Amino acid sequence: MHSFGYRANALLTFAVTILAFICAIASFSDNFSNQTPSAQIQILNINWFQKQPHGNDEVSLTLNITADLQSLFTWNTKQVFAFVAAEYETSKNALNQVSLWDAIIPEKEHAKFWIQISNKYRFIDQGHNLRGKNFNLTLHWHVMPKTGKMFADKIVMSGYRLPNAYR
Amino acid sequence: MGWIGETVDSIKSIKIRQVLTQTVTLGMIVTSALIIWKALMCVTGTESPVVVVLSGSMEPGFKRGDILFLHMTEEPIRAGEIVVFNVDGRDIPIVHRAIKVHERGNTGEVDVLTKGDNNDVDDIGLYADGQIWLHRQHIMGRAVGFLPYVGWVTIIMTEKPIIKYILIGALGLLVITSKD
Repeated sequence: MHSFGYRANALLTFAVTILAFICAIASFSDNFSNQTPSAQIQILNINWFQKQPHGNDEVSLTLNITADLQSLFTWNTKQVFAFVAAEYETSKNALNQVSLWDAIIPEKEHAKFWIQISNKYRFIDQGHNLRGKNFNLTLHWHVMPKTGKMFADKIVMSGYRLPNAYR
Repeated sequence: MGWIGETVDSIKSIKIRQVLTQTVTLGMIVTSALIIWKALMCVTGTESPVVVVLSGSMEPGFKRGDILFLHMTEEPIRAGEIVVFNVDGRDIPIVHRAIKVHERGNTGEVDVLTKGDNNDVDDIGLYADGQIWLHRQHIMGRAVGFLPYVGWVTIIMTEKPIIKYILIGALGLLVITSKD
């Protein structure tokens, strides 16, 4: 009964159980962090705005993004993935989400930032509905833990409008 | 003689009843593992509730050998979610992030574009020829949980099958020779 094999087995089982328990607690502790992220986005310029040869509208923007995501970081946070998406409704689609810019924030020190950038991904509509279109800019974040449950949230900023004519 | 002799002796001393008991025990272990897996499939709504990350395309978030827990609900896919999808003509599912979503109002049909966090370009090049959007039927699930390193066990066993056979053999021998 008390052979080497049994002792090794018992020790391994115990160690794995404790490890799993600690991982679960670490993930659970994320629920108690106090999160107060903030963000502002301005559209500095419409670089160009045109209809592609095959009929889809495409626009290029310069954005000014100010955000403070420091409060998202806890001891179980590996990284925060933040991105800005343009969200709007068209006659064809009930929801369009087009990612314009994203960043991986590996450390808390880099989570308070100010950046001026033109869109990293192409802002193309499915169709030609962008002239005079009202849209939201949403800052989304996805928190990747060292272990356990991932969580995500967003700040919606509304009241942006594209020009009435191509340029 | 040493332990080889002891092992041979113990195999000789096996009684039919003991063999039966051990076979049943082994069967119980295998079937309970199967039950747990199938139950997880029901609860999570995806055909593979757990996947192992095989490439570095989502680094530094997910590294090779990490394990992801998937969940598939009726909830619509949204930009930013990490989805696992199958492409026609590819065996291995891909874990990447949705960066563009276009959803129809009346049918709820959805066009999704994905990209790996660590890749410079989006995934259109990975999709089947002529395919520019992913649809609902390509998506197996979305990642909700994460456990590092554990997937290395399966990666090692798949890439070095000899280790798998040694492990199974050793466990089998242990079951046969144990006397309790």
